[in-house]
Amino acid sequence: MSARETLVEIEDLTVAFGADPGTPAVQNVDLVVRAGECVALVGESGSGKSVTARSLLGLAGADAQMTARRFRIAGEDALGFDERRWRAIRGRFAGLVMQDALTSLDPLRTIGREVVEAARHHRLLAPRDAGDGLVREALSRVGVPDPDRRARQYAHQLSGGLRQRALIAAAIAGGPRLVIADEPTTALDAAIQTQVVAVLRDLVAAGAGLLLISHDLSVVAGVADRVHVMRRGRVVDSGPTAEVLARPRHGYTRELIAASPSKGSRGARLSSARIAPDAAGAIRILRDPLPARAPIGEAPVLEASGLTKRYAAGNAAKAFTALDDVSLTIRAGEVVGLVGESGSGKSTLAKIALGLLEPDAGNVRLLGRQWSVVAERERRALRPKLQYIPQDPLSSFDPRYRVADIIGENLSGLSSQARRDRTAALLEQVGLDHAYKNRRPATLSGGQRQRVAIARALAAEPALIICDEPVSALDVRIQAQVVDLIAELQSRLGTALLFISHDLALVRHVADRILILKDGRIVEQGETDAVFDAPIHDYTRALIGSIPPPLHAEDRAPAHP
Amino acid sequence: MSARPLLRRVAARLATSILVAWGSVTTAFVALHALPGKIEDILAGDLEYPGLREAIAAEWGLDRSLPEQYVDFVARIASCDFGVSYVLRQPVVEIVGSQVWPTVQLAAAAGALALVLAVLAATLTAGRGPLARGVASTVELVCASAPVFWIGILLLMAFSFTLRWFPVSGAQNWKSLVLPAVALALPTAGLLAQVLREAMEKTLEQPFIVTARARGLGETLIRVRHVLRHAALPAVTLGGWMIGGLLGGAVITEKVFGRPGLGAVTLNAVLTHDVPVVLAVVLLAAFIHVAASTLLDVVYLAIDPRLRAQ
Repeated sequence: MSARETLVEIEDLTVAFGADPGTPAVQNVDLVVRAGECVALVGESGSGKSVTARSLLGLAGADAQMTARRFRIAGEDALGFDERRWRAIRGRFAGLVMQDALTSLDPLRTIGREVVEAARHHRLLAPRDAGDGLVREALSRVGVPDPDRRARQYAHQLSGGLRQRALIAAAIAGGPRLVIADEPTTALDAAIQTQVVAVLRDLVAAGAGLLLISHDLSVVAGVADRVHVMRRGRVVDSGPTAEVLARPRHGYTRELIAASPSKGSRGARLSSARIAPDAAGAIRILRDPLPARAPIGEAPVLEASGLTKRYAAGNAAKAFTALDDVSLTIRAGEVVGLVGESGSGKSTLAKIALGLLEPDAGNVRLLGRQWSVVAERERRALRPKLQYIPQDPLSSFDPRYRVADIIGENLSGLSSQARRDRTAALLEQVGLDHAYKNRRPATLSGGQRQRVAIARALAAEPALIICDEPVSALDVRIQAQVVDLIAELQSRLGTALLFISHDLALVRHVADRILILKDGRIVEQGETDAVFDAPIHDYTRALIGSIPPPLHAEDRAPAHP
Repeated sequence: MSARPLLRRVAARLATSILVAWGSVTTAFVALHALPGKIEDILAGDLEYPGLREAIAAEWGLDRSLPEQYVDFVARIASCDFGVSYVLRQPVVEIVGSQVWPTVQLAAAAGALALVLAVLAATLTAGRGPLARGVASTVELVCASAPVFWIGILLLMAFSFTLRWFPVSGAQNWKSLVLPAVALALPTAGLLAQVLREAMEKTLEQPFIVTARARGLGETLIRVRHVLRHAALPAVTLGGWMIGGLLGGAVITEKVFGRPGLGAVTLNAVLTHDVPVVLAVVLLAAFIHVAASTLLDVVYLAIDPRLRAQ
């Protein structure tokens, strides 16, 4: 390993921003990346990982002040680089892959033009070469089928997985020796995430140095040779990946490892998890149990049968069936997990269940009453019984409302004193201080917003809450807290949940029963543990196979001899 | 592969444009008949001589039923026949046609100048230092708020009366076009630059700009290659308003600089109650607006591939 060329060598890097030089975004960071290895930076949002990565390209920001004892890029002292020299590095020596290719590729330019841009700009093409060959090669290298056709298309015409590959192709087309990937898989479904990680791994195998940035330790675990855990601008833990995961030195790393849901975490509080090394030095995870749950009732809360929804398009070939003969029953107090990739029909099913969309065929009953295909006037009286927690609550809040008004939307018919009391009680239930009632949504953190959304849903005293990816936008530890809150309130109040998520490990943690949706059909359903232990359908097996292996020894398969 | 649906969309857009144009012709017809008084009197304007009323009635077929008159009116406009100005004793098409060119020249020159100024100002100052932005946006605000005639008078005082670089009035050569075009362009350029800069700054925050920077592109190249097209979208929306503003402004500018053109024709027609000419000018303005907004919608499709889907 030591014989390999060192691409990046940084000691004691500190980056501060003009507006706030007193608290640097990055402090005393050491980082080395060699050719043919993958180094990961892991941390929550705001931990300084992206700033660190971008400073390797001189792109930390116009008002960024960088100091370092040693800052060598491509074997040269980069502290003295002027803009011209940095531009020669970017795209040529180092390529950047960002999150969400839909916005990271210029939506008005074809994939081909985006891919070829770096090579053309650095004059790597012969003067008369249109670059078609280079585009074809770069797209083929990242496993994009039919590259010539894709090159003529635009980002919005590609699926999420292909788009992300095209973004990687654009980053490597200039032949960089260093690839910086900033959350390259975050917005993707599990199966596609695995594919993209495989593409990145191939780059490393081909000799590139990879700096992988992620908020998710489990993504990094399968790829990175070494990992740096960052918190509040500092590296708190670092070393070979296996070693950091097996023997985390810093309490924060332990929290990160323990907070992810896993097979062993059911019925326990994720946020209470702590790691204690046992006598042999291996780590064990201890968690506090959730309150006992009431038995699941027999009476169905929601019954859907034979739901079918087709979307017509201009020509018959483009028309597609979003839902095809889907039936499900949710009983009182039951937690049903709904898993599927984007485009599988999850959102259509949720909209029909919420009575926001009428099915083309099939029927929904809520609490024994007809729910689908009736006039909205007849639904209205029953609406409070069915509540919704969205993925991004901020966009579901009126930005001019205060928290008390948002919760109050579901408290109509109460006197103002009763409303105040109830709001206070609800805030306490979701773990927010009373003073939050006067805050506006924009001033709340992601976790706090989700708590407000939960309080708003509970205000209506619902029988069923549909949670649509409620924590997928949150950092691991915040995610653990919100999941705990949902689970705890569910136990205490006995509200039934339809929990929609693409995160299988999370669904396994919360759900009693699980439905797997693919191409508008339920391909598998059953008790959660039964499905996970003995999946029947190939698709389910592939999905379960794409879950990153557990990070900690406790949940792993039988120990090595 | 998406050529045929695209053609169909353009065709559909053209069809609606024709409908709108038809609607404006209908509105003109209704307005003419809704005016108090007899049609003959309205069309004759201030003129009074024996046999005139009868001649008008015969020419416009006023003895026929209203639906018949309407069909005839639409058919005449469709064949580009706007009737005769009884005040000037000349076909309306000739009157307007002979004066349209100087106005179009002025509006086009001003439009092009405004576009160049705005793109330059926005590209050079968007997302740059606070000083450059402050100066540019102050100048733009002054330009956008100043009335055209006032700018015209200032320009005349400076460049014609004092420096004597440009003629005071007339439309003899390119020199006589410079000051009116500048006067007309400045307010439009000011507003357009502000819209463009705001759109550019919004675009500069997009992730794909970081991607472009990470490929080694310099700031100017990024603006020209990646930002300008995105920023053009809101500016194109403004384009419809701009064309109206340029035409309206041209009328005033012509008066200030003593240029021939539609402005003089319109003003005279209004003052002498020459209704056939007024009618023609109104319909011409409506047709120009319809054509412009159709063109802009096609421009949208050309700029943004995402709109071509569906």
